[in-house]
Amino acid sequence: MANIVIDKIKKTFGSFEALKEISLEVGDGEFVSLLGPSGCGKTTLLRIIAGLETETSGQILIGGTPVNGLAPKDRGLAMVFQNYAVFPHMTVFENVAFGLRMKKADQNRVKSQVDKAAALLHIEPYLDRYPNKLSGGQRQRVAVARALAVEPKVLLMDEPLSNLDALLRLEMRTELKAVLQASGTTTIYVTHDQTEAMGLSDRIAVMYDGRIEQIGAPVDIYSHPASRFVGGFMGSPPMNFIRLPVTNGTVKLGNMNHAVPASVEREIVLGLRGENVSLAPLAEGLRLDVRVAEPMGSHLLLTGTIANQPVRVILPPGESVKAGEAIGLKLAADRLTWLSPETGLALNHPSR
Amino acid sequence: MQNIKKTWIPYLLIAPSVIFLALLFLLPLIQTIWLAVSEGGAPSLANLRTMAGDLNFRLAIRNTFLLALAVVPVQIVIALAMGSMVAKVDGGRETILWVWTIPLGISDLAAGLLWLSILQNSGYLNSLLFSFGLIERQANWLSYQTPIALFFAIAVAEIWRGTAIVMVIIVAGLNQVPKEFREAAEVFGAGPWTRFFRITLPLIKPALQSALILRTVLAFEVFAVVYALGGTNMPVLVGEAYTWQNQNQNYGVAAAYAVLIMVISLAATLVYLKAVRVDPERLP
Ligand SMILES: Nc1ncnc2c1ncn2[C@@H]1O[C@H](COP(=O)(O)OP(=O)(O)OP(=O)(O)O)[C@@H](O)[C@H]1O
Ligand SMILES: [Mg+2]
Repeated sequence: MANIVIDKIKKTFGSFEALKEISLEVGDGEFVSLLGPSGCGKTTLLRIIAGLETETSGQILIGGTPVNGLAPKDRGLAMVFQNYAVFPHMTVFENVAFGLRMKKADQNRVKSQVDKAAALLHIEPYLDRYPNKLSGGQRQRVAVARALAVEPKVLLMDEPLSNLDALLRLEMRTELKAVLQASGTTTIYVTHDQTEAMGLSDRIAVMYDGRIEQIGAPVDIYSHPASRFVGGFMGSPPMNFIRLPVTNGTVKLGNMNHAVPASVEREIVLGLRGENVSLAPLAEGLRLDVRVAEPMGSHLLLTGTIANQPVRVILPPGESVKAGEAIGLKLAADRLTWLSPETGLALNHPSR
Repeated sequence: MQNIKKTWIPYLLIAPSVIFLALLFLLPLIQTIWLAVSEGGAPSLANLRTMAGDLNFRLAIRNTFLLALAVVPVQIVIALAMGSMVAKVDGGRETILWVWTIPLGISDLAAGLLWLSILQNSGYLNSLLFSFGLIERQANWLSYQTPIALFFAIAVAEIWRGTAIVMVIIVAGLNQVPKEFREAAEVFGAGPWTRFFRITLPLIKPALQSALILRTVLAFEVFAVVYALGGTNMPVLVGEAYTWQNQNQNYGVAAAYAVLIMVISLAATLVYLKAVRVDPERLP
């Protein structure tokens, strides 16, 4: 059992609050991604879990044991550093073998583990080279292999695929997922890349400004963002936010009246995923003034305005809409997010 | 016109330093070598023979090498320890480094005299030992009858005086090693000693090499501290050169000593360059 419980962790650097009461539970064998903009505290949280940084307050339990004050090597985890930290004076083989050597594993096991990890990350050709001649992406894979080779109970990865080209990243992502699932490794994975987070994770924790904004299954976070920040951060194109006037507890979407959560009075913000619309006659639907139409092959991307507010929506590739046209849109009523214009928080969120 | 100007400018700028070095270093060097291997204007090994036949010659060589052997490793170890300790300090780091480098600002003769005031018969050490009742009367540490105490005193003074420069070089080297390397080693199970010997030490090899070369060359040139503490009780190579130059007025033999010291220093440098080889491929 190697579950992780993070209980009200705070971290301040001088007067700067890098983490503001983070609580998070990661189940045994679960894969949780930390997703968030630069500087929101992802690396700091990971370093605290690893024991490389001391929390200002709060508690961390790994496998039920409090690890506060425990040295990193006694926490039974492996880590991939954001800047790789591949040892320059050791060959790639010795780098990957490092953790096993420290555990005094016998030569046969070292060899087989290193070969296995190297094969997985396609770094066999470089095993007897020194890292300083490798490219950033190759070094990064050495760092991942070094962490996988020890078969840790808990694996912390700080943007481990950020330097790979798109194709290789996709491939590595799939293989990583397969391997970690098979070994049942509890994983916390930091990334900027939301498609990566969506594809890999059992759950995603969206962080913002030293806080966890929302945690949940990828689909939940995508379709039911808890706040304007999460909706705008997840998805490509990001969620559209449209301010609409409220009359008698309803808003007018084209010629339809739609009931909204009762707590708002004059105005409400509609959170609309670009793909939750379909074409409707202009007279019936919500009016979109198309400024740019981009046929993307798999879909048609329209940029324009609804009620004078910028939006991006997606239609099936077969539709023919031209720039400058005005069209009607029918919205998928059960997939709409309603947010408070003042706080930016979702009003009908299932968690509330 | 423009181009001619451009190609000449660098040489013009370098010229003063080249001329300066040639006049004040290269020329005297050639003169010294010639002085050592000539007699009355003709090539001759007479000076070298006089030097090798001198009573103090073997003693001076032995003492100089023993001193270097005793002082340099201790200095490297102390400097490594100091450097590693100060790396862990957050507040007041600059102040500690400043205090530690004070001996650097003191000339070696002054340092020798400073230690003389501690170690001479009426010095602080004897007063202290006497006041604790550890000795009956003033002990003599620095005479030719107590060669081991004298050697020890000189070694301590040299270590005190010359460790700071080693530390400065090593601290600079340590600063070049990103903390993530040590952290990664720590996460993967390396204890403090393993981290030091398997990660930190290999990564500061270039700094270590510079420090070793510098300190060893300086150790072979040891003189002022020896002279201040022991006078002629403990002959060393530079001391012999000094004696032949000033007391015996034999510039040829003095030059022979100077050349010998230079050859030993160059040899030591070569040994270090080979032994502590820095492979550029294995640097960060
Ligand atoms: N040692 C430190 N001293 C002072 N401030 C720090 C320190 N480490 C991190 N910070 C600050 O804490 C905040 C969070 O940093 P952190 O490295 O965790 O961000 P991140 O989410 O990993 O960003 P990125 O995605 O760019 O890697 C930043 O504002 C950073 O400046
Ligand atoms: Mg980071």
